[in-house]
Amino acid sequence: MTDMQLNDPLLEEHVGPTPRQLLIRRTFGHQGLIIGTSIVALMVLIAIFAPLLAPHDPYAQSLMYRMKPPVFLGGTWEFPLGTDHLGRDYLSRLIYGARVSLLIGLVAALISGVIGTALGVAAGYFGGKVDAVVTFLINVRLAMPVVLVALAVVAILGGSLQVVICVLGLLLWDRFAVVMRASTLQIRGREYVSAARAIGASTPRLILSEIMPNIANNLIVIVTLEMAHAILLEAALSFLGLGVQPPTPSWGLMVSEGKQMMLFEPWLVLIPGVVLFFLVLAINLMGDGLRDVTAPENRS
Amino acid sequence: MLHFILKRLLLAVLVAGTVSFISFSLMFLSGDPAAALAGETASGEDVEAIRVLYGFDRPMLVQYAEWLGAAVTGDFGESYYFKLPVASLIAERLSVTMILGVCGISFALLTAVPLGVIAAIRPNSLIDRAALFLSVAGQAMPSFWFGLILIVVFAIKLGWLPASGTSSWQNFVMPTIVLGYYAMPAIMRLTRAGMLDVLSSEYIRTARAKGASEARVLFKHALRNAIIPVVSLAAVQMGFMLGGSIVVESVFALHGAGYLAWESIGRNDLPTVQALILIFSMFYIVFTFLSDVLNAWLDPRMRSS
Repeated sequence: MTDMQLNDPLLEEHVGPTPRQLLIRRTFGHQGLIIGTSIVALMVLIAIFAPLLAPHDPYAQSLMYRMKPPVFLGGTWEFPLGTDHLGRDYLSRLIYGARVSLLIGLVAALISGVIGTALGVAAGYFGGKVDAVVTFLINVRLAMPVVLVALAVVAILGGSLQVVICVLGLLLWDRFAVVMRASTLQIRGREYVSAARAIGASTPRLILSEIMPNIANNLIVIVTLEMAHAILLEAALSFLGLGVQPPTPSWGLMVSEGKQMMLFEPWLVLIPGVVLFFLVLAINLMGDGLRDVTAPENRS
Repeated sequence: MLHFILKRLLLAVLVAGTVSFISFSLMFLSGDPAAALAGETASGEDVEAIRVLYGFDRPMLVQYAEWLGAAVTGDFGESYYFKLPVASLIAERLSVTMILGVCGISFALLTAVPLGVIAAIRPNSLIDRAALFLSVAGQAMPSFWFGLILIVVFAIKLGWLPASGTSSWQNFVMPTIVLGYYAMPAIMRLTRAGMLDVLSSEYIRTARAKGASEARVLFKHALRNAIIPVVSLAAVQMGFMLGGSIVVESVFALHGAGYLAWESIGRNDLPTVQALILIFSMFYIVFTFLSDVLNAWLDPRMRSS
């Protein structure tokens, strides 16, 4: 009996895939999202298990083994990616560098996410004067040259992981505020929000249980994109000598240290840059993919 | 229209004022500017003397008002390092950064607009996908690293271009590419989206129906309309790019205002750093103002918002 019913073409039309099934289908059908997420997941695992994976101590210097070439340029498997000017194993430094990049990217994106979301949702929800003030703040923030201000502040406060994270977190909230403001404006007028208000929900309740769940998709997308942005900026600051300080293994710092020997040993610059590029590319692919999958109507 | 311009101008002035205050207060972030200026070996009296000499003993707001008053007339004080007026130091370097900015945005427009048009003519074709991939990859490439790779390839291996310096036009080729590629993805995507939008409109069908050649339809009818938002985006990007020139100029040792900013930060030369932050912000403010006015002039719907 069941067979007959399932094969009924009329019935099949009605039992279409649920929205969740559609979401899963879109997720696994999206190449960019799958590739990006896999690379990011791999990098996160490498960062977490760095002590197990790194063949050497990333800080251990050795005058005996300075500037050994990587294995594909005639080096030995003892140092698969060679060693730097202080004889430190390059692969180990790269592996530990993933920790620095991911930590800075994630925490900076979270700090700026909290600031930007609070401002954006407040502006979109309350409108009027609040909106005017937030829009003004966004304008001020956009007018300030990020790299220059970040360099100046880090120079004054002294470069360290915490300072870089805080400075980037305080500087990168603009996109969160812009997008969250626009998303909240869209949601605010919806019927279910009016309905919740009509049954007497308080303002915090309206924002937390009616607005926030409906803008969470956009929020996650911006978190990933800003994380990529923060990672690139940290690398640039460290490259310019005003970010994470030596001997911390940061990819930007490794490029900067390799720059001195670039003439004869270009791989010292090439390798950390390629890794940085792939991490940021993967995070961006993940962010773009998430946007396509969660909001297919916004696909460009 | 006049109402819109005045309102927008007021916003620009308020933003500039706020940025100037933030940039001024950097000096007090470090604690005591007099002690920093005097150096570690200075005695207590020396620090006091410097405090009075530079006027650090007065209330912060008084100092800010005085600094801003002078800055408006183009006087940014004296550089701690060079002992020269900051304004003349910056004026000397600014032309290099301006040239770099203009070259960079021209390069971005000249490459990204054709790419965007081709991508829009054949959506989902190989070229479209390649252009999309390039724009995604471009955003992920660290500019300092891209610059170094260009130096390795074109200056060291091939010997075609000088690796650093400011002496000839050849010094600007690689910095232009590095600075320009940063603006390319956004311009390309906007051109593509605009062209796709316009190409599906009624008047394009009309133009085709009356037998206009494909080139005429594309360039005379479609691109002219699709390019408008691109121009205003380019103005905003130009403001961003000038702020980003600090990285590019330091990679290529191009002695512009960005390089001066990097050097001054390293030397704790705060008056120069403050002035540069203010000037780079002013560029952004002016360019976005021009872009908004241009938009409002071309599209009256924008004036109401």
